[in-house]
Amino acid sequence: MPAPLLSLRGLSKSYGTVRANRDIDLDVAEGSIHAILGENGAGKSTLMKLIYGVESPDAGEMRWRGNLVSPSSPNEARSQGIGMVFQHFSLFETLTVVENISLIVPGKKRALVARIRQLGQDYGLEVDPLAHVHALSVGERQRVEIIRCLMTNPKLLILDEPTSVLPPQSVKTLFETLLKLRDRGVSILFISHKLEEIRSICDHATILRDGAVTGNVDPREHDAHDLAQMMIGRDMPEARAFAAREPGPVLLELAGLDYQPDDPFQMSLKAVSLKLHAGEILGIAGVSGNGQGELARLISGETRRHAEARDEVMMFGQPVGDLGAAARRKLGFAFVPEERLGRGAVPEMSLSDNSLLTAHGLGLVRRGLIDRGAEDAFTRRCIADYDVRTPGPQAEAGALSGGNLQKFIVGREMELAPNLFFVSQPTWGVDIGAATEIRRRLVDMRNAGVAVLVISEEIEELFEICDRIQVIREGRLSPSLTVSKTRVEEVGRYMIGAEEGAA
Amino acid sequence: MSALSFIIAGMLAAAMPFLLAALGELVAERSGVLNLGIEGMMALGAVVAFIVVRQSGGHAMGFVAAGLASAALATVFAWLALAVRANQVAAGLAIGILGQGLSALFGKRYESLTVPGLPKLSIPGLSELPLLGGLFSQDAVVWLGLLATLAIWATLRFSKLGLVIRAVGENPHAARALGYNVIAIRYGAVAFGGLMAGFAGAYAATVYTPLWAEGMIAGRGWIALALVVFATWMTGRVVFGAVLFGAVSLSQLAAQAGGVALNSQLLASLPYIVTILVLGAISANKRLLKINGVASLGEPFGR
Repeated sequence: MPAPLLSLRGLSKSYGTVRANRDIDLDVAEGSIHAILGENGAGKSTLMKLIYGVESPDAGEMRWRGNLVSPSSPNEARSQGIGMVFQHFSLFETLTVVENISLIVPGKKRALVARIRQLGQDYGLEVDPLAHVHALSVGERQRVEIIRCLMTNPKLLILDEPTSVLPPQSVKTLFETLLKLRDRGVSILFISHKLEEIRSICDHATILRDGAVTGNVDPREHDAHDLAQMMIGRDMPEARAFAAREPGPVLLELAGLDYQPDDPFQMSLKAVSLKLHAGEILGIAGVSGNGQGELARLISGETRRHAEARDEVMMFGQPVGDLGAAARRKLGFAFVPEERLGRGAVPEMSLSDNSLLTAHGLGLVRRGLIDRGAEDAFTRRCIADYDVRTPGPQAEAGALSGGNLQKFIVGREMELAPNLFFVSQPTWGVDIGAATEIRRRLVDMRNAGVAVLVISEEIEELFEICDRIQVIREGRLSPSLTVSKTRVEEVGRYMIGAEEGAA
Repeated sequence: MSALSFIIAGMLAAAMPFLLAALGELVAERSGVLNLGIEGMMALGAVVAFIVVRQSGGHAMGFVAAGLASAALATVFAWLALAVRANQVAAGLAIGILGQGLSALFGKRYESLTVPGLPKLSIPGLSELPLLGGLFSQDAVVWLGLLATLAIWATLRFSKLGLVIRAVGENPHAARALGYNVIAIRYGAVAFGGLMAGFAGAYAATVYTPLWAEGMIAGRGWIALALVVFATWMTGRVVFGAVLFGAVSLSQLAAQAGGVALNSQLLASLPYIVTILVLGAISANKRLLKINGVASLGEPFGR
């Protein structure tokens, strides 16, 4: 048997007391698409950083084509033939595509432009080399990242959650590109937590849990259920089915809202209309960066409109467009933003003090003074009811893992007993168990008559919990689609804007 | 000489201290470091250049010594801001005050002394033009300064080095992931900023007004800092702002000499007011600010 392209033995890495990687063994064969499967926080990204030389391991050895190596910088890894496409892109928005690429690829600009075009044609990665990156869609940015890697002629290409930013149709194109690459002798390390994807494209899978390898399998020989079990160490929690019900009165309405942000890197919203009734869940689907953030801020009140535009946003039948976030919350609105640190919670403050930020109206403040006892009790209730793993209410919010903090924030907002609940990316970076729990609670709220609005990039999630879905693309909202009568492909078409041609 | 030709002839020289300091700061800020110590670095450069020129009589030597001294002081600041990761605002202010203190200390024995200035180098033909002729008769430093401006503009815009500096300023984490040594690049950019501030101080003390007086930089470093921001980090606009400031300062002098019946304090503040208004107006474009602004400016970077 030939020596593997890349071989790791006993690789370990700790950050403080967190053991991100423990004794990792891994063999990547030549010409294979090898999956690294694991939940968020299982240590996948750390492992890739070690291989790519961004971080150095505490212990263990790495062999590249049989030779002992210890890349101490990405430059070194690249010169050996390892390329990486990051999950959060490492592109520079104010530079053009070719400028971004010339940062790691030597050569004259004109020659680079020609090579970018050539590679684009060969692999189905078309992109304008002279465009500024801030003007590109997320999918195009990913193409730039991949092209940039390919131009260094890698033998091994690492892709960190490449499909998490793509609509379903683009995933297919990406997979075709990857298969082409493999046939031309490039091995691929494919990091993901999406089981079906891995089963469809990878010929080998290494499964990580809590920083250690828990399985080495051929994913085509196992079903998703098996893989999930190896990944989370127990059975998949089941989704709860729910009955359709008659919607109540409209609690949130946007009527033809136009919004032009000052920031040129933001998306402007055009004629956005939606109606949200009591007792239903409306989902906003779409590829990230199509105006979700702008829409969320307009609904939450972080972006305030001038007084003439106040009836562009209606809550509980009242115009609120010119009201701030606090005033909207007073009406019975609660909101979970997508950024946990900085918007959902103050990382430097304790959980108790973070409770106070939105729950101050629940008797936590008396005569202008904080009632520490009530604050503590409220926080403990959130921690207990929402299964937040933390030493206690005095723990710093920033010290919690992403999933735990998300559970805390969602819990805090749900405890406010809102009539209108808006949550953006409810399960981003949350493990499967907690994600299922959060979704279940959202459905419970709906059943109790609350109007729930969910922005998510995970179509499966929206199909699981929503009554209706609208798709956002380039600042426009699609018509409302009833989930029970809609197929995933249809939503996908709206996500890439293909419905216009098909109609 | 008419007032207008006086202004045209002198505005480049008057602009030079601002221009040199602002260009250096521009490079430092482009890499993501806010150096508020420019004023002190100019003051240190000024005194070092003055002493060297006074002792040896050589301007070239004086400029080199001033540049090195200020670059060394800037490197101390860079060490605080980059290696120790101190707050850039506080570290910059502290180093600036240190520079001013050193300047006063070294300059004590030279108070009110003078040195010879520099001769004007004229472009034959052009310098005989009516009205505009004075523009083509400048000292060697002005000519070199204009060349340096062109070089800095071209470097930032077209070269790989400039690309790397801009990339580091926009997104240091991504630059590191690509294998660039963010800290080393920032050290270099800050040291270059110090070098230019030293030249600017040297020009002010040994060429523009070749006379030593404590505190002679008189806020010109702060103006240079403001120019960079108002110019939305664009080289061309820095030049425009510096020359505008120089021209208005001269017209204010001409007006006073010509006996204009205006309060002299009001006249003296004219250059500041005009520059703020003009540059404030052109930097009101938020889109430009966002595209040219330096995203990581002032943020400490570390693993």
